[in-house]
Order: sequence, then C-alpha cells, then structure tokens
Amino acid sequence: MAEKYDVIVIGAGIVGSMVARFLSKYELDILMIEKEVDIGMGTSSANSAAVHAGYDAVPGSNKAITNVMAVEMWPQLSEELGIAYERCGDYVVAVSDADMQVLEELLDRGRQNGVPGMEIISGEEMRRREPLIRPDTIGALWAPTGGISDPFAANIAAAENAVMNGVEIKLCTAFEDFIMEGDQITGIRTNQGDFACRWVVNAAGLYADEVMHKAGVRPDFKIRPRRGEYLILDKADFQLTQNTILFPTPSDKGKGILVASTLHGNVIVGPNANFVDSKENKEMTKEGIEEIWSGGKTLVPSVNRRHIIAEFAGLRATGNAPTPNPDIDYNQDFIIEIPDKVKGLVNLGGIESPGFTSAPAIAVKVIDQLKGAGENLVEKSNWNPIRKARPVFRHLTREEQAALIAEKPAYGRIVCRCENVAEGEILAEIHAPIPADTYDAIKRRTWLGTGRCQGGFDMPRVVSILSEELGLSPEEVTKKGKGSELLFRQTKDVTQDHLTVEDLI
Amino acid sequence: MKHNYDVIVIGSGPGGLAAAIAAKENGAQDVLIIERDLELGGILLQCIHNGFGLELFDQDMPGPAYAQHFIEKVKGLGIHTLMDTMVLDITPERKVYAINKDQGYIDLSARAIVLAMGCRERTRAQILLPGARPAGVYTAGTAQRFVNVEGQMPGEKFVILGSGDIGMIMARRLTIEGAKVERVLEIMPYLTGLTRNYVQCLLDYGITLQKQRTVNRIIGNDRVEAIEAVSVDEHWIPIPNSKEIIPCDTLLLSVGLIPENELSKKAGVLLDPVTNGPFVDDRFMTNVPGIFAAGNVVHVYDLVDWVTEAGYVAGKGAAQFAQAEKIKAGEQIQLKTGENIRYVVPHKLEKAHLAEDEVRLQMRAITPIEERVLVTVEDQNGEVIAKKAEAYARPGEILSLSIKPQAYDAVQQATGLMVNVRKR
Repeated sequence: MAEKYDVIVIGAGIVGSMVARFLSKYELDILMIEKEVDIGMGTSSANSAAVHAGYDAVPGSNKAITNVMAVEMWPQLSEELGIAYERCGDYVVAVSDADMQVLEELLDRGRQNGVPGMEIISGEEMRRREPLIRPDTIGALWAPTGGISDPFAANIAAAENAVMNGVEIKLCTAFEDFIMEGDQITGIRTNQGDFACRWVVNAAGLYADEVMHKAGVRPDFKIRPRRGEYLILDKADFQLTQNTILFPTPSDKGKGILVASTLHGNVIVGPNANFVDSKENKEMTKEGIEEIWSGGKTLVPSVNRRHIIAEFAGLRATGNAPTPNPDIDYNQDFIIEIPDKVKGLVNLGGIESPGFTSAPAIAVKVIDQLKGAGENLVEKSNWNPIRKARPVFRHLTREEQAALIAEKPAYGRIVCRCENVAEGEILAEIHAPIPADTYDAIKRRTWLGTGRCQGGFDMPRVVSILSEELGLSPEEVTKKGKGSELLFRQTKDVTQDHLTVEDLI
Repeated sequence: MKHNYDVIVIGSGPGGLAAAIAAKENGAQDVLIIERDLELGGILLQCIHNGFGLELFDQDMPGPAYAQHFIEKVKGLGIHTLMDTMVLDITPERKVYAINKDQGYIDLSARAIVLAMGCRERTRAQILLPGARPAGVYTAGTAQRFVNVEGQMPGEKFVILGSGDIGMIMARRLTIEGAKVERVLEIMPYLTGLTRNYVQCLLDYGITLQKQRTVNRIIGNDRVEAIEAVSVDEHWIPIPNSKEIIPCDTLLLSVGLIPENELSKKAGVLLDPVTNGPFVDDRFMTNVPGIFAAGNVVHVYDLVDWVTEAGYVAGKGAAQFAQAEKIKAGEQIQLKTGENIRYVVPHKLEKAHLAEDEVRLQMRAITPIEERVLVTVEDQNGEVIAKKAEAYARPGEILSLSIKPQAYDAVQQATGLMVNVRKR
C-alpha cells in the first residue's frame, strides 16, 4: 500500500461528492472512489430534481434537520458551484376535506421543522397561480422555499470543485472490504488494489448497507431499493404556467406523483414507489407507466400522452434506521454517525428522498462528526469554493453565442438538434477536470440526446467525437462503461478495404 | 456574404433541393439552401438501397444517385449553399438566424422561406416501451447511418420492431452485412410500410414478420440481451400465454416518422395534430405568409419522388411570393376528411389556382380495404368532383388523386370539399 490518505469517500454520488467538496476545505489527503465509469450514475442520476422545502420529514429526524438546513445552503452553494437552482416554491394540492386535514398537518410539521413562509391558500388562489391544476382543487399548501435544481450538474460541480481543491477521484474502483487493525480501520481493499487511510466515509448509496456490514456495523440495517419511474414531456409541447412543483396530497404511499418543471425546460411526471429485488433494476414497467401517467393526469389534466419524449426509472436507497432520538417513532431515517463499534468510519446510510436536497447539509454533519471525534481539521489557506459552470450554448444571448463561436469555432456546430448542444460543449466536457468519456456521461453534462429524438441524430456524431478525442476505436466507445459498447465491428466492405480484388477472388 | 435572399430553403433533402431548383427556375434571383450536414442530399445519402426515381425518371436509382441528379442542377443554376450550418431560429418576418464554424453567427433575411427539415423517427419513449435502458436500442434510421455512412455495425443479432420501410430495408441491409435478423414484429394487423419492401427485404431474405406482436420488455442492463415479445389483440391488449423471450443484442425501432417542425413553430406556423406538419394550401404555403413547407416536413411520404414533386410546387410558390409586390389571397376552399380518410394534404386550395394547374391531393386511409376502392372528392352536396379507382386502400400507402383544371367550374361553385375512400 503505497498511498495513504486521510479520508477515503466510498461513492461519488451527490452525497459522496458533497462530502468530498466540503472536506476539501481542510488540510486532508482525500480519495473518492466510485465503482462505476462515471460519477453520479446511481440514485443521483434519477430523481425529481426537487430541492424540497422540508415539511414532509418527521420533526426531529435527520431527514428533517438536514433538509431544512440544506435549503438555507442552496442559494449560496448554487452560486459558488455554478449549479442551476431556482427557489420557485412548491404546492401540495388538496381536493377533499380529508386532504385539507393533511395540509394542516403538513403545515404544522413544516413549522416544527423550521420551514419559513408556508401558508394554505384557497382552491381559487391555486387555480389563479396555476390554471392547469385539476379543477376540483379546494386548497393548497404553498411552500415558498421549495425549489428545483439540476441534479446532474450539482453532482458534477461538487465533485469537480473537490478535484480543483486536491481531492483525487478513482473511477471503476469498487470497494471490496475494510483493512482493520483491531477495531481501527486502516484502509480499504478494492478491485483496483488496496488503499490506506485513517478515515472512511461510507457514501455508497444503495450499497451502503453492504459496506457498513463489512465493518460489522449495524448488521440489521438493510437497504431495500425502491424504484421510482418518471416520464418527461417535450418542452415545445407542454409547459406549466410558471416553474413550480405540484404535489398531490401525500398518502401512506409517500409524497405521490408530482408534476414539476425542470431547469432543463421539460415538465417531469413521477415518481411511483415500488420495492424491487435488485439494486440494479431500473426497468420501466407497463404498470408503472400507467400508474404515474394516471397520477400526473389527475393532478394536471391537460398533460397529453403524445408529448412524452423520455422515460426513466431510479432507485431510492430506502433504509430501516430509527431516528437517533428515541422519543421519535420513525424507522426510515438517514444514518449520519461515527459508530462506536469501529474506529475510522463515518457512516451514512438510507439516504433516500430528500437526499439530493440534504446532501450539502449531510456533508456539514460529516465534518461535525469528525470534529466531534477529535479530528483536528485545519482549513486550507487557498481553498477555492468557486467552480464556474461551462458555457451552455442554448442559454446564451445571440451576442454571446456570436462571441463564443468567434473565440472557439467548435461552438458553431450543433451536434444535438433538439437541445441545440454545440460540439464545443462536448469537447469541453471530454476535457473537463472529471473527463466525460461515455455517451451517457456527456448526456448528463450537456443534456444532448434528451430531447424529442432521444439521441437519434447526435449519437453517430458523438461516437466519432469521443473516438477522435480519446483515441479510441468507435467499437470501444460505450454508453455507460464496459459491456455497453454501442458498435460491434466495421461493415464488411470497410474491413476488407485493404484487400485487393485478387485477394477477394 | 449576402444577407438578403429571395428564397431561403432550410434543408437539402429531396424536398429542399427540388424547392430551391423550382424557386430559381421560376424567377427567384437569389436562392440559398442551408444544410446542417457536410453535404447536400439529406437522408438520401444514407439510403444506399434502390427504389428511387421510378415515378419521376422511370429509373431505379439508389438514394445518393437520386440526390446527385438534383445536386448537380443546384450547382448549375448558381443556387447558394451554406453547409455545416444549423438554423437556430426563424421569425414570421422571415428572418433566419443560423450558425456555423466559419462564419459564426449568421443573420439572414428572405422574401420567402421554404421549410424542408424533413422528419424524425419515433423513439422508444414515444411508444412507452417498458424495460431497462441498455445500449443497443436504436431507431432504424440511426442504425442506417451507422452502417451506410460510418461503416459500423451496431449489432449482430437483431429484433426489429415495426414494419416501417426503413426497418424492413435495414433488415435486408444487416443480413447482407452478415448479421442475423431474428424477427420483425408489427403491432398492427397489417404492414405499415410498402408491400414491395416486404417482398424484397423480408420474404426474399427469409426474415420472419409477425403481425399483432410487439415488444413487451427490453432485457439487459448494459447491452440488450433479449427482448420479450408478446401477441396483442386489436386493442393492443396482450394475449395471455403468448410471451416469448428472443435473445438478441440489438433492438431496432421502425415505429413511425414525425415531421420535424420545431423551427416552424418558432415562426408561428400552425400544425395539424394529425400529420404533425403545417396546415398548407395547394402551393404548400403555411398560415404564415411567405413561409412554405416542402416534403416530409408537411407529412410523411412513401416515395421520394413525391417529395420532390411537392418541393417543386412549394419552390414555385415561394418564387412567386418573393417576386410579387403584393399577394392578394384569392378565395380558398377547405379540403375535409370524409369516409375512412385520416388526413388529406393540402388542407385547402385557392380556387383560382385550378385555372393554371391541377392540384395533387395526398391522403391516408384509416383502415385497410383489401378490395377495389374508389377515392372521391365531393362537394357539399355529395357531387363527385374528382375520382380515382385503386386496387386497395392501406394505411401504409398514400392515396393520391388530382383535381384537374376541368373541374374549375365545379370547384368555383363549391362551398366545401370532402375526400372519401370507399369499396367500389
């Protein structure tokens, strides 16, 4: 074990990346490992993109505490990291007296959690603000601190800022076991070799239970993947009146199927919530599609099936951890702890919704835990909290576009016709601090291939750009890592091009 | 470079090439074609199979040869071209904003515009195909580009969903390249592409087509490993015990084409929800004066020859518009869909135009009629104004009928026209 780190973060999803970013403020040698070919490919790659206001979580739970704390961090954080974020507010819509009762409970819960500015508005007022809402709406809970963000950009920006501040990232590196000396963790074993360290942060998402079990921690903690399916509507065909999130009144099944704006400009409908057996089962199902469509259509009746342009599913890392405060009867909380059982582990687990929202606050809690354990954290003098977003061609004014093309001609070629993504944007991501080297990695970063043609136009072009820039053959270019190659071989006439006519006869 | 043109054509597929040529030949001085790809020709360049030109030239040509015929004409006529250039925006005042690497941001203005952006393929999400999202799910046209332009095979063992023309043509092409096409599945009880493609691409190569059968689930997390097929009834409800797992590494989708009108919408062009293309008159002018539309951007044609014909009509209309000091719209009459007609293009015609030219109508049937049929245009009293006998009517094959100048008087007196297709 040649390399020794102060901290190794397992998992480069939104939680791991935020932890790495906030820890990079201190004089620490940090390694973040990720089993996949890119960061943010698990739970972080498929969610509602909502920054929840914080009225859902049980008061006193880690979910509630980190959610409300994080909402206060998001405005500054999004500025520093160049993440799209809009505090547009959200609504929970009621259509019955029983629903109105639930709104009162949510209002009360939100106030206990410290959510500012909430109020219950009339059905009439709701229809005035969003005329597309179901006509039988009799009232709504308005939470002005709810918002929307770009979960892909947030994950990438946090990890990139961490790298800018000295954090090392190893992709395609899967945790296998801890290396222990007595009850002290001294390193980890991975499929890429062993790495020594003083601390490990378990940010393994869906696999956090398996990681902590390797250290003998919480043997009864179990993550049951709970799948949420989503549908995306064509931005040219359907828009809400203004950016917002519309929730139905929650039931015992969860927050329910929302209809929301996204900062990519599309309306999103979903998710449902169904337990699945496998932590890799992100399949869309016939039943699921019908379930979310009927939910969305009930809430906003004017949505039209013909406007659906994308479908995807994500998995929540639903755990079974009780809230630390024994007075609170809640068994699906986040784990944020330094367990007694071993030394050198910061243990995170069960980070499902509102995990995306809470991630920066969880990172702060991790630092608090380390300090509490006596770790002497010394701030770097040269820590740079600023990570600038790279130019997004379609968001620029005509003058800015002209100036950018004049400076870098690659911005003058559009590769994705539906989302107007320029070649220059793709090149910038391939050569970014965390290089995008698969089709999906470029898709998450630039939003190409997400429009109505779903990559039909751009894919051959992106394959040739990737193979040229990375020095790969087209057959080596993948969608999302090994095993997902897009092309198999050259056509016969090409492969036989070097043969003479005599050879062929 | 020049900024003001008489006619700007957006797209250089068969519709755009023909429109530019007709515009120039009908008196437009400065005609510009803007093409986003590196060469003129559009999708024709990847259509290396034959079958092009039978109607117009009585010749059987591959796509690139068909395109070349028009490309040479474009060059000979001195039509301007901007290649590798993407139009970002157009306005009702006929401003065109485009970009490319060399000239950067380009600001243009036209007396008339012809929209010729063609169409795009329906994707997996639009048919709400369940299952995982691995590599190896392609639209047939994307696979066609990989094979015929890039020289790359996107798979070895294929299932093709949809009996559209590109899917069947790709089934043959992939077989020639040594791949195995396990099955072509079609959810409808009838073929959605041309019968000739079924014969030449599937039957002749021993490829099985199963109707009323579709993909129920895509299997495989990284790359397609198999698909689950299922039979359906006429309401697309799965039939119990009809599931089959078909191992394959690639699923091709040939499930329909949609006219590509995002730019059109930016200029305020109104679209027909049935065709997804603009409402047009008999000169292919949209609701926005001076903005015309040609080819698959209006509705999806079966034959490229017809796209070319439509391009000629639109280009001539654009040239006339560009040259006229003032266009006075004459009296127009709507063409309505009657019995068993899903849509008809054009949507309306200017009565006076019949004095000069015949007006070609094209329509699709709703349900197949596998015996002799009569296609008719009738006035508000049911009087037949034009008719044509056909051997059959199939939704997959466009029906065509012309209103001749001889019908001029009858059309002048009509207050509404309706198109029907009935058993004889």
